[in-house]
Amino acid sequence: MNTSFLVAAVIASTPLLLATLGELLTEKAGHLNLGVEGMMLLGAVAGFAAGYYTNDPLLAIIGAGAAGGLGGLIFGFLTITLRANHTVSGLTLTIFGTGVSSFAGTTFIGKKMSTEFIEFFNPVAIPVLSKIPVLGPMLFKQDFFVYLALLLAILLGIYLYRTRYGINLIAVGENPGAADASGIHVELYKYIHVVLGGALCGLGGAYLATVDVPQWQEQITAGRGWIAIALVIFVSWNPYKAILGALLFGGLSIVGFRLQHLNVSQNLLDALPYLVTILVLVISSFKQSKENAPPKALGSPYFREER
Amino acid sequence: MRMIQRTNISKQKIILIRLISVFLSLMTASLFLQFMGHHPIDVFASLAIGAFGSAYRLRETLTTSIPLVVTSIGIMIAFKMKFWNIGGEGQIIMGAFAASYIALNYSELPKPLLLTLMFFAGFLGGGMWALIPALLKVHLGTNETIITLMLNYVAIKWVTYLQYGPWKDPNGMGFPQIATFEPNAILPKVFGVHIGWIIAIFIVLAISFLLAKTKKGFEISVIGESIDTARYAGMNVKHVIVAAIILSGGICGIVGMMEASGVNRTLSSNVSSGYGFTAIITTWLSGLKASIIIPVSILFAGLIKGGSFIQTAYGIPQSASDVLQSLILFFIIGSEFFVQYRLVRRTAKEAL
Amino acid sequence: MHKDIFVKMENISKSFGTVRANDAVSFEVRKGEIHALLGENGAGKSTLMNMLSGIYKPDSGFIYIHGQKVTFQSPKESIQMGIGMIHQHVKLVEVQTARDNIIMGLKNSFFVKKNKISEELRAKARHFGLAVDPDKKIYNMSIGEKQSVEILKVLYRGADILIMDEPTAVLTPQETKELFVIMRKMAEDGCAIIIITHKLNEVMEISDRVTVLRHGSTVGTLETQHTTPKEMTDLMVGAVTDLSIKRPKVHRGKAVLEIKELVAEDPDHVPVLKNLSFNLFEGEILGVAGVSGSGQKELCEAVAGLYPVKNGEILYEKENLIGMSPRDIIRRGISMSFIPEDRLGMGLVASMDMVDNFLLKEYHNQKGPLIRRKTIAPHCEEMIQRLDIRTPGIHHPVKQLSGGNIQKVLIGREIDTNPHVLITAYAVRGLDIGASHNIYDLINEQKQKGVGILFIGEDLDVLMELCDRIMVLCEGEITGIVNSEEVTKEELGLMMAGEKIKIEGGEAS
Repeated sequence: MNTSFLVAAVIASTPLLLATLGELLTEKAGHLNLGVEGMMLLGAVAGFAAGYYTNDPLLAIIGAGAAGGLGGLIFGFLTITLRANHTVSGLTLTIFGTGVSSFAGTTFIGKKMSTEFIEFFNPVAIPVLSKIPVLGPMLFKQDFFVYLALLLAILLGIYLYRTRYGINLIAVGENPGAADASGIHVELYKYIHVVLGGALCGLGGAYLATVDVPQWQEQITAGRGWIAIALVIFVSWNPYKAILGALLFGGLSIVGFRLQHLNVSQNLLDALPYLVTILVLVISSFKQSKENAPPKALGSPYFREER
Repeated sequence: MRMIQRTNISKQKIILIRLISVFLSLMTASLFLQFMGHHPIDVFASLAIGAFGSAYRLRETLTTSIPLVVTSIGIMIAFKMKFWNIGGEGQIIMGAFAASYIALNYSELPKPLLLTLMFFAGFLGGGMWALIPALLKVHLGTNETIITLMLNYVAIKWVTYLQYGPWKDPNGMGFPQIATFEPNAILPKVFGVHIGWIIAIFIVLAISFLLAKTKKGFEISVIGESIDTARYAGMNVKHVIVAAIILSGGICGIVGMMEASGVNRTLSSNVSSGYGFTAIITTWLSGLKASIIIPVSILFAGLIKGGSFIQTAYGIPQSASDVLQSLILFFIIGSEFFVQYRLVRRTAKEAL
Repeated sequence: MHKDIFVKMENISKSFGTVRANDAVSFEVRKGEIHALLGENGAGKSTLMNMLSGIYKPDSGFIYIHGQKVTFQSPKESIQMGIGMIHQHVKLVEVQTARDNIIMGLKNSFFVKKNKISEELRAKARHFGLAVDPDKKIYNMSIGEKQSVEILKVLYRGADILIMDEPTAVLTPQETKELFVIMRKMAEDGCAIIIITHKLNEVMEISDRVTVLRHGSTVGTLETQHTTPKEMTDLMVGAVTDLSIKRPKVHRGKAVLEIKELVAEDPDHVPVLKNLSFNLFEGEILGVAGVSGSGQKELCEAVAGLYPVKNGEILYEKENLIGMSPRDIIRRGISMSFIPEDRLGMGLVASMDMVDNFLLKEYHNQKGPLIRRKTIAPHCEEMIQRLDIRTPGIHHPVKQLSGGNIQKVLIGREIDTNPHVLITAYAVRGLDIGASHNIYDLINEQKQKGVGILFIGEDLDVLMELCDRIMVLCEGEITGIVNSEEVTKEELGLMMAGEKIKIEGGEAS
């Protein structure tokens, strides 16, 4: 396992990490949004468009976040206010996001970002740290987006486990009745985090379109949205573990090329993330582990008891 | 304003709410079309013509509606038990895989026998694939939404692997594809459409009969509504759930067989063409009623086919019809709220 | 108003539809007082307290908190006025720590100062004698500990009026003692405490005053040290009312059900049935009295094969039913007609019609894989006549019927299967006099046919007139089995509250 592979793995993990963080946030609020793929693609096309026309990386990121967040808002409105079925709403969002992205992207087919733009996202070495063997180039000589993703993961972890808003959020997803009785505005928390979650997914898509590839392609996410949904479960809704999980799955997605001499098909390797997630779910059902379980109220609409 | 659950709603009101939501969605879509510089009425008209406008187009639409109808029936059985089977795609693919195995290895058998074997193989393939999440749910309480979803991608990757690897066609000129089936393994056509349409009608009738008139069907309905009442009535809930889910997956597997044999004439990783997901939506839209599934599926097939037509006629890409489809869906999903609840103003003298 | 009157409820009334839950109730609690709210099921205690905690709004009357007139729009406002409600079923997030549960929703610093807050909580807990470890996760706690967390939570949020809803229902005797110590400390500190209970011994032990409710009205407020359990029971149950229910004399046959030392636990390993032993005979109606939650529901379900039994035997014609599937039990002619709180939750399928609901019991007796609905239809029609069921038709979903008629469908179905043993729970809940008498007649008919009937009921008058014998359950134990002709209403009330009166007139083992 050489360093260049690890560096590539980190790059491959970044869109996954962002989307996973986004879906993690949404699920912590009690909502299972199957529309991750759609929100990533919305972010991809919005980010690409913003970056292509303005050459401003910041605007590209903001555009991507806004587009993903809009997707989240649609899902949020349907499932929070209108108490719609999460599964059907999420799947429709995927179709919607994929469609809008393909449609809006027709103008961009074959186009690339400007050199100026691409240069902004050249790897930037962090002094001292980037000299550490192996870990150095892996984590500290990457582009800005990668740093952003890693930073967000850490921030999210701090948010969830150390701030009062994080505590409230966890309560909302576990026992909205208790949260409500404690004075937490359940609906507001759900909306904010579902939209933020969508924004993060949008960022993941934008990374693929503006930096990783960076030529516009249809369906640029190629199913990463579904892997992200699996990843959230695999890492037990923990943002810190998400960094490792994304690295693992990201690495898996590119390792086939290097294992050709072992006759291991990339296709079978592609199936591993899903199989592993199923295994994780089964084991956690067996163990009935409270710590690694999904938020208790995931997928249930909340009604305040009232007469 | 607050919401109260409705206790009773007339059928007319439901239809009215649905129609309003479809109308609103079409209005939104019209805005979207006008923004693109097209005349909405023209586009909608072309959509309809592209779907149903000629004998050829009608056949195409019906051919597309066959897998939708059958998959939807399969999904419906699972949904009736509140088992959220999102794995239709995977079950279709595994059914196709099993049927293809028979097709590729036993093509010397006489056609009727071969096709029958493929049929049962399809059922078994899909059924076994659904058995996994069923057992996990019934014995461990594992969330079936995620498991069935994950299994979809395992199935896709498995067939992709076969396509690029062990089953790769040596005569395929280097393309990663599986050999075309022998004529023996291909479904015959009746009235220009492969025999799947007869199978589809048969399945719809058989399942409707099962649910309405048999003991097992009765149990499925009761369990779906109230597990406690089912237990209290002495039903073996676990067995019924597992049997029903095998049936659900098996029916999807049959779709895989029909698509592989009747449409594609080979096995490929996109044999399911998204039907597994679309069927979730058609089933849900049909209110889990078999009789409504048929017209809704035909309408959806029309949307798909009409979408290809306007692609050539107006240069509106296929993706636009996806957007249109999802817009309509958003509105209908949202309208469900108004069917279930009504809004009342808080009054000072509320005695409730 | 004297500043020591923390809570004053004046002429409070509340109705739900046609049911008058509270009728001009007046009630007050002082600073430093432990005030018990006593009454049978349905007397209106919970409804009254739900208005204090902001969940319901009174139809009429006034509420004064600390002398200030209030109308609560939501529980949040009630909390702000210093009212803390400790529910029977704790509202905590299992996967978080006690500390997180206590501070959630409060305006705090952005970063939670875990150690500082834990210290504060420990100090406060020590002060009141609460055994709470702030860093412990809720799922690792016993029910008693969880309750302590809830108490600490409301105290931490500044409550000086505490409402405790049947707090000892889930506690061991030791934990109850500890709770009482805590309550006295809180009262000493100046809190006003209201405890909803039906346990007379606890009222005597812990309360300063007690207000008794009956049928939604206040029947008296007593100083605890000047009253007796008998006086309280008298107020709770009221005078005997003549309901003119017939009780045909039937010669009792052999024992059709023999329950021996039945033990059962709920999913949290709390015992719900403690060594029950009794017999049910052919041709008799054995009434089961008891406060709700005393184990009646679990007993019914255990006999029907729907509740796991830890120990003991349920003998039907000498065969042990324990371990049998519900279907086998039904085949033997044990018919359960159970009307739970959630009326449609267990007995009927709401969206199905009467025919299909009748089919629930009959269908597996029909031969072959198909269902024959035509043979059931006449039974339904017959039941409609016999029980005067108001329904648009046998093919309409039962959820469209009124509550009383739904019950008639349920009982009608059970009686239709000609059972040997009939268990009915709350059979006449929500029915008017006429409909109730229909049911009593039906049950008497069954008795005359030689059926053994277990009749769980709330109304002591009904039990005394209809039943031949009455068994009283309290906290999962039998506190008495008596002949209904030989027992007084007060004695029943005392037994329901836990006093064990000699088991007479019934061969218990």
